[in-house]
Amino acid sequence: MFFLPLIAFLIGYPFVAALILYCMKRHGRARRYFIFFSSFVVIASVVLLGVQLLTGGDVSYLPETHVLDRVILCAEIILAGVIVYFGARHRRYDVIVLSVVQTGMIAWLELTGRTEMLSVVKPHILLDKFSFVMCVVAGVVGGLICIYAVGYMKEFHERHTEFQDRRPFFFAMLFVFLGAMFGLVLSTHLLWIYFFWEITSLVSFMLIGYNKREESVKNAFRSLWMNLLGGLGFAIAIVYGVCVLHISTLQDIVACADERVIIPIALLALAALIKSAQLPFSRWLLGAMVAPTPTSALLHSATMVKAGVYLLLRLSPVLGGNLAGTMVTTIGGFTFFAASLLAISQSDGKKVLAYSTISNLGLIVACAGVGLYEAAWAGMLLLLFHAVSKSLMFLSVGAVENQIGSRNIEDMHGLIVKLPELALVMILGIAGMFLAPFGMLISKWGALMAFVDADNLLLVVLVAFGSATTMFYWTKWLGKLVAVLHHSERLPNKTKGSEWFTLCSLAVLMVALCFGLPFISKYLVGPILLGMFGYTMPDIISGFNLNIMTVMLVIIILLPFAVRFLAFGKRDKLVGSYMGGANQGDDRYFVDSFGKRKAMYLSGWYMPEFFGEHILLKPVLAIAAAALILLLTIAIGGAV
Amino acid sequence: MNDLYIRLLCAAGYLVLAPFIGGLLSGLDRKLTARMQGRQGPPLLQAFYDVAKLFKKQPVVVNSVQNLLIVGFLVFVAFTGCLFFFGGDLLLIFFALSLAVIFIFMSASSANSPYSSMGAQRELVQMLAYEPMILLTAVGFYLFTGSFAVSDIIRSSTPAIAAMPGVFLGFSFILIIKFQKSPFDLSTSHHAHQEMVKGLNTEHAGNILGLIEIAHWYETVFLLCVAGLFFITSDWYSWLIALAVVLLVYVIDVLVDNTFPRVKWQTMVVMSWAVTLVLGVLNLLILSLINH
Amino acid sequence: MAKTELAKSPWLLHYDGSSCNGCDIEVLACLTPVYDVERLGVINTGNPKHADILLITGGVNSQNEPVVRQIYEQMPHPKVVCAVGICACNGGIFKECYNILGGVDKVLPVDVYVPGCAARPEAIIDGVVKALAILREKQQALGKEETAKEAASDATAAV
Repeated sequence: MFFLPLIAFLIGYPFVAALILYCMKRHGRARRYFIFFSSFVVIASVVLLGVQLLTGGDVSYLPETHVLDRVILCAEIILAGVIVYFGARHRRYDVIVLSVVQTGMIAWLELTGRTEMLSVVKPHILLDKFSFVMCVVAGVVGGLICIYAVGYMKEFHERHTEFQDRRPFFFAMLFVFLGAMFGLVLSTHLLWIYFFWEITSLVSFMLIGYNKREESVKNAFRSLWMNLLGGLGFAIAIVYGVCVLHISTLQDIVACADERVIIPIALLALAALIKSAQLPFSRWLLGAMVAPTPTSALLHSATMVKAGVYLLLRLSPVLGGNLAGTMVTTIGGFTFFAASLLAISQSDGKKVLAYSTISNLGLIVACAGVGLYEAAWAGMLLLLFHAVSKSLMFLSVGAVENQIGSRNIEDMHGLIVKLPELALVMILGIAGMFLAPFGMLISKWGALMAFVDADNLLLVVLVAFGSATTMFYWTKWLGKLVAVLHHSERLPNKTKGSEWFTLCSLAVLMVALCFGLPFISKYLVGPILLGMFGYTMPDIISGFNLNIMTVMLVIIILLPFAVRFLAFGKRDKLVGSYMGGANQGDDRYFVDSFGKRKAMYLSGWYMPEFFGEHILLKPVLAIAAAALILLLTIAIGGAV
Repeated sequence: MNDLYIRLLCAAGYLVLAPFIGGLLSGLDRKLTARMQGRQGPPLLQAFYDVAKLFKKQPVVVNSVQNLLIVGFLVFVAFTGCLFFFGGDLLLIFFALSLAVIFIFMSASSANSPYSSMGAQRELVQMLAYEPMILLTAVGFYLFTGSFAVSDIIRSSTPAIAAMPGVFLGFSFILIIKFQKSPFDLSTSHHAHQEMVKGLNTEHAGNILGLIEIAHWYETVFLLCVAGLFFITSDWYSWLIALAVVLLVYVIDVLVDNTFPRVKWQTMVVMSWAVTLVLGVLNLLILSLINH
Repeated sequence: MAKTELAKSPWLLHYDGSSCNGCDIEVLACLTPVYDVERLGVINTGNPKHADILLITGGVNSQNEPVVRQIYEQMPHPKVVCAVGICACNGGIFKECYNILGGVDKVLPVDVYVPGCAARPEAIIDGVVKALAILREKQQALGKEETAKEAASDATAAV
């Protein structure tokens, strides 16, 4: 029973820290150090958990938890009460109905004692390697984001005096989020997962609405109603599972032989699709970018959306070859392609990142839905790499925004000269998202191979086209960053130490993960999949190919030194760029047809007349909604 | 062990010989083009003279990053080809090629010059157009032979063309874009003049341009060999057939180059995606049905 | 063939100063099948950074003077300027115009003069061939200069 205290601490500590932070109303050193301390405590306990886990095996706990169940029920009713309060205050009765109905269902289930009869011998907590991977994602990446938030929020409020400074609340919410995420991934009992699931929905609502502007509130409510809809699906799945199929844990669902199990699976998948912001529900995540950057980073990389794909990957073994699986793969594959297409026309850095998150999650979702060993392998690695690269991207965009006052990609023109350090971090982040020797591409490669093996040609085609569109919007951004503008001044870098710490840690982590991929695959992902699917596969990406990738990485690292060493370009003459001989002075100005000096401005291609939201969004949403409703109806209707 | 030596030898052979073959092909292209236009044309070795001259010129750059990025482009194009001749994984080979193109894109963008920026953006659009077909080509080989490894594909008993003529045609179509041939020579053209000066390569001069030329020779040889892969089996004479077909493909590309005027990027993307969907995807669909 | 590369691959930049377009037509005529200058390796680039020979038709006026200078500046060494047509040589019939500065040699060091109104394609090709010889000389001079420079820097290093 050594793990249990650690697990309890991991779940409980963030909540306690949140409470303390909420009470620390004074800005100052005490709070800053407490956040640093708490983040390190969280990261350290995750590491400790890992050390313990690798020496021992999987463990499950708490078969009987009458008192805890009651506490959780009370907390759930409080949550519903909070939602009702906000709903009533803003006259959003839809959220009240959604919340009351699902909480009512769960309360009925509990109070009539139906769950307890079942769960006498069922564990509530399960710690296996998959939970551990998720703890790493939530703990390490999430913890680093909290550290970053300290410096960022200070600058944010210095820059935006129009927003009310509610920092104690903000930091408290960040930690609640982490606690809920730990709870979610470490629970195996559906009621407990549901409880933490609801907390994440509510907390993201609070965080999105942080600025209290009209737009923030609107977007917060959009996020809330969508996620409550998912929660409703979750609740129905639980009620159906308990009352009809007599199952109550995630492991039961996977093991259940009854054909009707497809109904809770489809409903849980629906909840997960919404949580992962898949089309047609992707708009809540796009709306979430009104919140301060750490919120976006947390929602996009470490928590929230990852909860959805986590659930789907857990269900992956039972999604193969049935209609629920078809629903998940179709929606996921389509989202991967459509979201990357939509990203092309966006110039707002955060919006591009949001679409890219939706798109990448689509790929993970599709991997989970295929229900094959190798697909799940790719999905898990994607999840891990995406968490690190995406948080790196979000945080560096946030840091740049604090410096230059804009997060528009067009304004990042020539960033390599203006803010070279931040630009380099950003280039690394972008490369990590789609370029050859980095982790995301390796996983994408595995995904493509898995789809071919699964004979799912639709997915193969969607991935082929989606990769092209993904490459387009990332490379465009890359081109903006590396532009070297003559005579442009280097800006003073005012990035805070805490922000730098996080950015550098994430960058190091990203490169380390690339080099460590074979080990992660062998010692973490391999055993997880063996447990899930009951069989193992030889290396999906062969050792030889991984070595080639490493060679590529080494070439890239050595290239600058080699070029310098060979003294290539030492005799170079620097001239202005060619503008028909009309440059004035350097390549920033030219002489126009009136003989006047005119500033030159180079823009990337966004092609809104082809890929703009106003053209594509409606048809994309309609197609996704139609496919989802159709497949969900068939999946559930077929089983009833 | 013996096998490894042979494969290493192939890769080394490519590294050494490809520039010569590529340069000759480039010379052949110019000669053929001239003949099609009723001119005498430059000598066959003209491409080598050009590059030799470029290395003699004074190096002129817009910024100091360009050297690094262009060397990166050359290194990764050569790396791609070596991996192919080593018998590596077809998907990885294509990923490496994309990486190489991104290097030259970055160099062109870094110049902060209107023509080269426009060329760079157009290069991206070209990638958008051809990338799906390239990935599907790799998938097609896998469906046909059960392996992504080039070393396995060349040992198949029947040529891949028998099962995937559509993919072959689609890939040949894409080659027009990759070879920078009209009607799809949007980003930069191997012809002298175009509406954007020299597009992507406007700001690359002197030795840098020479490196780019050499990289293109490597690329040409590699891409033609991928086209040849459709015909190669374990029989020795299939190599001759492949060689003949590859030359034919090249000549046809030159003919296309001289026949069609440059199109807008919209037309290019729509055409190549349509070709990908109709020829590539349909072919793969049939192939996977047969496999069942 | 150490010093012959330049001569085998002369790339041109054709700049139209203030000509009447007569000479420009003749320059383009050189590229047609009848004359086919490409058989000499000549390419008409539109880019000073790729060019070895700057071929100017028409005189220089006050508006395009900075442009001509800048284009010449952006060409990498060794480079040759070739003035095609009488206007480029000394201003021609436009010489007395209020805005004409005169021939190209008022602005740039011209190496080859090709007279004519308009200059015949044969004459232009002849001029280009002359330019090639100068190009070769310039390259040799450049090479010597460089070795001299290196020797000098070695000497300073020794001191």
